[in-house]
Amino acid sequence: MEAPSIAAGCDVSTGRRLRKRGPRQGVRWGRFLLIATALAFLAAFLLLPLLVVFAQALSKGAGVYLSAVSDPMAWAAIKLTLMVAAIAVPMNLVFGVVSAWAITKFQFRGKSALISLIDLPFAVSPVIAGLTYILLFGAHGWFGAYLQEHDIRIVFAVPGIVLATLFVTFPFVARELIPVMQAQGKDDEETALSLGAGGWQVFWHVTLPNIRWGLLYGVLLCNARAMGEFGAVSVVSGHIRGLTNTMPLHVEILYNEYNYAAAFAVASLLALLALLTLAGKSLLEWRQPELRHTVHLARATTGKQA
Amino acid sequence: MLYLSLIVLIPLSATFIRSLGAGWGHFWAVVTAGRVVASLRLSFGAALLAAAVNAAFGLVIAWVLVRYTFPFKRLIDAMVDLPFALPTAVAGIALTALYAPNGWLGGLLMPLGIQVAFTPLGVVVALIFIGLPFVVRTLQPVLEELDKDVEQAAATLGASEWQTFSRVILPALWPALLTGFALAFARAVGEYGSVIFIAGNMPMKSEIAPLLIITKLEQYDYAGATAIAVVMLVLSFALMLGINALQSWTLTRNGGA
Repeated sequence: MEAPSIAAGCDVSTGRRLRKRGPRQGVRWGRFLLIATALAFLAAFLLLPLLVVFAQALSKGAGVYLSAVSDPMAWAAIKLTLMVAAIAVPMNLVFGVVSAWAITKFQFRGKSALISLIDLPFAVSPVIAGLTYILLFGAHGWFGAYLQEHDIRIVFAVPGIVLATLFVTFPFVARELIPVMQAQGKDDEETALSLGAGGWQVFWHVTLPNIRWGLLYGVLLCNARAMGEFGAVSVVSGHIRGLTNTMPLHVEILYNEYNYAAAFAVASLLALLALLTLAGKSLLEWRQPELRHTVHLARATTGKQA
Repeated sequence: MLYLSLIVLIPLSATFIRSLGAGWGHFWAVVTAGRVVASLRLSFGAALLAAAVNAAFGLVIAWVLVRYTFPFKRLIDAMVDLPFALPTAVAGIALTALYAPNGWLGGLLMPLGIQVAFTPLGVVVALIFIGLPFVVRTLQPVLEELDKDVEQAAATLGASEWQTFSRVILPALWPALLTGFALAFARAVGEYGSVIFIAGNMPMKSEIAPLLIITKLEQYDYAGATAIAVVMLVLSFALMLGINALQSWTLTRNGGA
């Protein structure tokens, strides 16, 4: 059990003798079987789907790939996706910092309610999230008549897409920051305050440097979700080509038109984004090993409060 | 706080109020219709099954990643997060291409009489994909902190490998395993993007509840769509409460033992 060293020692030459001795060999086989099971499962469910995206994207040759990616509709979708992320991520970044700050540095009533509310979007289906915005801002929604009067379009337009994205990416930054800030406590800030620093100075020179890696980590995950969100955005977008189609929606349309090579070509761009996100995430974890654990803890507490 | 209520609270409360706007009778008629019941059963059944598969294999994967060394371990560890990072629509079309009857894996399974894509089994496969990291990532830190001394003590006292696992390791892992299960389940119930491509979406057979919500919306049946949404919300919260209760029960039982 305890021992890469023992296992490494029983190579082919000594292996035979060990087998006669019994249990050790059983352990070795068990270990081999477990690793094989884990790898086979991961290959079937994670690695192969990733490979299939690139294989299908290039199946009709590089020419088809390039024309699918440079198609004006694809470009419009890419631009819209980037724009939505450029609005949603900073907004949730600010909200995440403010709420994590409030939760970890102050005591107030309704604090635990606030924490569970932040987690709510993790527990609600994105489709239901999208539906709620239709109910509010759609033609027959609560604010529908008012919006129509003033000629403001939210649903089936870009603002609706931004709102839906805000909803689903809402918890990411706050969730990563809360454990980091909790672990740091208030001492540094109080010291700075007692030395005469102003509130803003404290935040800028003391708090921010302390949390920057956790912040970057949250932003990374938030961004991946913002660019890739499908369910919620699909409900509110109205699928108007060139206008309200994000990249994931564009993939769906191409796919449903049996234009598989083009669908996978656009999908491969999103897959590259996912790989970049994973690489960035690993890099941050390597720089800041404790980040791994805070994330695990965050997820664990999420479960308890959901 | 204001931002929170703008983005999250008002929309959700609107859903509840609107669902009853058309009257209780209408609500009941919608949610007991055969097609709706079938879709809810599929969504919750497939999510439970997928979460169970993830709990079992996630445990193996977490164990292997924490306890053993093998080539490319760090790369594989990083890859576990892929479902967090990969857009669900991409996952959906990739899994469909992979498990379709003419796909890389679907082609292998077809001669065995197993069709994955365009059946309820496809739904389960997609839900396994998106739920896996939740189980692995909740188990890993707990496994890392598990004291090896206790296992060695059990071994010295003559316990077999299996006894050590089932009597010593597993009880310590239960709470984390349940948390991972609950998270994977919660995510799977509401999942849309990765499922609709692989499911085939046949009414009564492989149509999930979120898809039915969207179908009703496209027919401008807002009352119907909200009714299904409310049932989904209530059912998931009830199940999560149940899982939380089970979790605190295992915690106290372990504490007492």
